Amino acid sequence: MTTLLIIIAERSRAAGKWAVRQSTAALIAGLLTCGLAIAATGGVTGGVTTGATPGASAGVTASVTAADAPSSTLADPSPEQARELLQSDRFRQLASELRCLVCQNQTLADSNADLATDLRNEVLRQMSAGRDDAQIKANLVARYGEFVLYRPTYSSRNLALWAGPAVLLALGTVAVWRISRTRRTSSSIAIDEAQLERVDKRLESR
Amino acid sequence: MRSLRFILPAIAFAVITTFLLLGLKPGRDPKEIPSPLIDKPAPAFNLPLLAQADQNWSPEKMRGQVWLLNVWASWCAPCLVEHPELLKLAQSKALPVVGFNYKDEPGAATAWLDKHGNPYATIVADRNGRSAFDYGVYGVPETFLIDRNGTIRYKHVGPLTPEVIAGKLLPLAQALAR
Repeated sequence: MTTLLIIIAERSRAAGKWAVRQSTAALIAGLLTCGLAIAATGGVTGGVTTGATPGASAGVTASVTAADAPSSTLADPSPEQARELLQSDRFRQLASELRCLVCQNQTLADSNADLATDLRNEVLRQMSAGRDDAQIKANLVARYGEFVLYRPTYSSRNLALWAGPAVLLALGTVAVWRISRTRRTSSSIAIDEAQLERVDKRLESR
Repeated sequence: MRSLRFILPAIAFAVITTFLLLGLKPGRDPKEIPSPLIDKPAPAFNLPLLAQADQNWSPEKMRGQVWLLNVWASWCAPCLVEHPELLKLAQSKALPVVGFNYKDEPGAATAWLDKHGNPYATIVADRNGRSAFDYGVYGVPETFLIDRNGTIRYKHVGPLTPEVIAGKLLPLAQALAR
């Protein structure tokens, strides 16, 4: 976006001082975009780290109740069942959407950490107990917070995260539109006939 | 319009600087994840005691008391860091500390306590870590402050420091005991 704005500003360089004004505008738009992007992501992680509203994702917590009994009571799947579940697409899908909490940028599927193994086993147990994906995720969110989900829920708390890019795109579009409009209305530069003649002469003399 | 050219970049700069500075805030630990269990009932468990494996213990037994649940293991190096603080806390008799021995060999755990001292009123052993999962434990040590009704009020991840104990745990425990 920033580069796009700068290119537009660059193209109007012929317009002398306007170029200055326009690159400033592009810079402002670019900085704002950056600022807002940082604000959006910062706002979201900030919300997560301060945890002002624990478990605020109402949809998730509401469906927890059924899946929220102490899971230490769930039985282990049989080895055959475990093997079958491990190879299922469903397990792979689930494990790749859940975060390992000790190696924070790895999924349960990727991580070799002890905790990831334990959590994978927990997911297997819950799958073999007949819980659906939403229940399993809710169960993990109730214990570790929404941080375990790689795909954040659609909740008001995550509004900045989901709506942020669209808002930034809209702001960028408005900025581009305004800059291009200014350029069109202001590109007429007063050049008198005498100047044109001088230029012609010089070109001819070459 | 002219002044806007100067004000807008300044605002953008301020916004970016603020967030960058927040990221640099001393004491900010990106590994610390807030527990969704705060102000929720402490999950039930029924685990064998470390000293007597044939005898089970449940947090129900602490009803009516404000207490600490300290998750530790003999294989956990940071647990040794907080250990002197726990011993001091136990000596002060400010509140009972229950040890939650996490994924440990009972023999190793007992030897560790013999060597370094035992601050715990009771110790339960969670050998497979299944009950710890219910508490959202992801690293040891972790400490939970639980009130008289069995509600988790505070959680600290990582070794307890004198600052955390004197600044947060004890004032909160005193307020809860009132």
